[in-house]
Amino acid sequence: MSTTAIQPVPFGRRLKRFMADRPLIPLIILLVILVLVLQILRPGIVNERWLANTVKFAIPLAILAGCQTMTMLTGGIDLSVGTVATMSAFIMATQVVHHDPAVAILIALVPAVLIGLVNGIGVGVFRVHPLIMTLGTSLIGTGCLQVYQRTVIASGAKIPPFLAWLGTGLTYGVPNALLLFIPVAVLIVFTLRRTGFGRLIYAVGDNEGAARLSGVRYWQVITALYVISSVLAGITGLLYIGLIKAPSLSLAEPLVLPSVAAAVIGGTSIFGGRGGYTGTIVGALILTVLTTLLTILQMPEGARRMLFGLIVLFVTAAYLRIIEDR
Amino acid sequence: MTTNPLLDATGVVKTYGAVVALRNASLSVLPGEVHALMGANGAGKSTLVKILTGAIRADAGHILIRGEAREVRSPADARRAGLLPVYQEPSLIPDLDVASNLRLTGTPVEPFRAWVRELGIPDLDIRDIARDIPLAVLRVLDLARALAVEPDVLLLDEMTAALPANLAEKVLEVVRRQGDSGRSVIFISHRFVEISALCDRATVLRDGETVGVVDIEPGVEERIVEMMLGARIEKTQVAARQASQAASPRDSRARLGVANLRVGTKLNDVSFDLANGEVAGVVALEGQGQDELFAALAGSIRPSGGTIEVDGKPVKFAHPADAIRAGIAYVPGDRTEALTMQRSVRENIALPFSAALRNWGPINMAQERSRVVSAIERLQIDTRAQREVQRLSGGNQQKVTIARWIAAEAQTILCFDPTRGIDVRTKQEIYKLLRELADQGKSVLFYTSELEEVQRVCDRVIVIFGGRVVDVFPVELADEPALMRAAYGLPRGAKEDVGILADIHSSPVAKP
Repeated sequence: MSTTAIQPVPFGRRLKRFMADRPLIPLIILLVILVLVLQILRPGIVNERWLANTVKFAIPLAILAGCQTMTMLTGGIDLSVGTVATMSAFIMATQVVHHDPAVAILIALVPAVLIGLVNGIGVGVFRVHPLIMTLGTSLIGTGCLQVYQRTVIASGAKIPPFLAWLGTGLTYGVPNALLLFIPVAVLIVFTLRRTGFGRLIYAVGDNEGAARLSGVRYWQVITALYVISSVLAGITGLLYIGLIKAPSLSLAEPLVLPSVAAAVIGGTSIFGGRGGYTGTIVGALILTVLTTLLTILQMPEGARRMLFGLIVLFVTAAYLRIIEDR
Repeated sequence: MTTNPLLDATGVVKTYGAVVALRNASLSVLPGEVHALMGANGAGKSTLVKILTGAIRADAGHILIRGEAREVRSPADARRAGLLPVYQEPSLIPDLDVASNLRLTGTPVEPFRAWVRELGIPDLDIRDIARDIPLAVLRVLDLARALAVEPDVLLLDEMTAALPANLAEKVLEVVRRQGDSGRSVIFISHRFVEISALCDRATVLRDGETVGVVDIEPGVEERIVEMMLGARIEKTQVAARQASQAASPRDSRARLGVANLRVGTKLNDVSFDLANGEVAGVVALEGQGQDELFAALAGSIRPSGGTIEVDGKPVKFAHPADAIRAGIAYVPGDRTEALTMQRSVRENIALPFSAALRNWGPINMAQERSRVVSAIERLQIDTRAQREVQRLSGGNQQKVTIARWIAAEAQTILCFDPTRGIDVRTKQEIYKLLRELADQGKSVLFYTSELEEVQRVCDRVIVIFGGRVVDVFPVELADEPALMRAAYGLPRGAKEDVGILADIHSSPVAKP
């Protein structure tokens, strides 16, 4: 690697090795830098309330980015998470008018499971490329939702107070959403690191042929994975509607591409086999802080988006340079 | 024959980094001659062919065509010089029809059609898409396409492999006539029968060097085999192990029974038994069906006929998982096929533990560690760079692929050329390990491309040629010359009285 070495090379090598072995550290450094910049640009903005707000908005993104992390580890991607989240949110909000909230939530998660199953079978059995497969089911899902909307247009929608509490509420200044997020995050990290299923996700993404020779049945892993991804997306939708409080047909769509970006910034390779969820969580925080930063800069929307895209590209490229130890 | 050679290559050298592919190769082809190019696996045949046809450039050496020095820089140069190859892989573009393929190479259609008819395919429609044409016919079309431009030197690489008998016969006839009409053919083949029927002379390569040019006459096959072996013929029986007691009736029932196994056109009829406590060697030249045999036993591909029995019960493998459940593990020759390179040594070794649906839950880390560590210790894997398998040396990577199945306690291990491209010490360790496994009552099927390994490791050796088992040796007889002869389909123990025209397919298969 060509390093413009200001420091003596051995130290550079050692630093690189250190970073490569602990990929989380450069990410956290970047996050801290962003927060500092924010504080300098708008002194006093970084306070308890800002912190709680940032976490609140980062959580739905982080869970969806978890879906991307897991599917990307197998060399796939799940672009249907936005639609699934929107569907479950919308269906729950309209069904809760007639049913008990628990029942409404169960009904809302049915399409999530179905879409996950179709994705999984399409990718795992029929070998459709995940990008196309999930894009396709996402369009189909959106279409179905539009049809469904006509049937419930008269009955209206409401948000159960419990979800609003979970989405927006604070307890001693700590967002209640963490009650959902912490178990989910622990479960994802544990699954990836300490379960057979997690091992297979990495193995399949790293070398599908080798996994096959070890007796792994690809379609089983992939089907289970996309169902899990979809269910997580559905749960995110329920949380997100509690945060946004306005059901619409494109509720979670804007989160889809950022969720991919968060996973990539977090160090998960889109080619599979490499990465993890802890990096993704920091990636989601970085994106959320970056959004706030760009918002307070008071530039036109177009310029803001351009800057956002450029920063995402730059951070990803730089980060891969740092952690890739060649 | 006092005429000047049509093609004369001398002192050809080609190195890839530190690896010498050709050190001093020469080849001289006279007009009107069918010239065989022979050599064992890795002798440099294909490198020389690629240089002659302009696919790669030589580092040194002279190539004269009709007495003139020519630089053959590209396949197009070679073509202009009148040198045309027909490779083993079909070269028509699959998505185009035959006519478009011809237009692409500027091949005249009428001569092409004439040759196709000549070669025994009367009803070809040149509007057929190449993809829909069977492999054997595609190879014939490749040949017809080359013949249609009337090359001075035609280069045929294993032309008759994968051809049914009637087509092969036509091909040989046409090749013979090429020679008669004053053109030359370079004929690469492993089949002595064809070479004796067709060729005038043969050039023999060994370790990247031309070691001899011989006239084809009855009885010459022994000399050719000797040349291919070189000095190695002297040191026979270096460390010939005696067929171990273990192979004898500790367990009378076969662990693995293979009967009349067929896979497509590559594996025609293979039967053998593998006992517990035995290392059975498989010896074959490249592409004689051994890849398909191992893949079928491993559950990677489905056989098209025949039966496989495990412990006396017939089995059908639809997925490697089925074979693994039956205790059969496959270690492929290419390490990159078996390893997840970005993962740790531990995860690679433990991978089969998690494969089955019921093992998807939380991993018992302590138990996994102890199983992995004991496998690592047993194979003495250097674990200094264990975080990513890709940082390990080739030898250590190879050990990881085997350690996986030791940890998984597979009863039968199919090792496909496990010592290819690794250092000598690791090779020794692998030999020792395979012996130990056998002594513990496990069974090993061991394909190797290095013949001298057979006597170090195996109890018995199965020789495959042209998709059939042509011989089964006890280890005491399996010195390199004997194996080499058998691998070329020559009958055993009949040095003097069997002429080169002996029909390999009718040679008796010895019972072990």
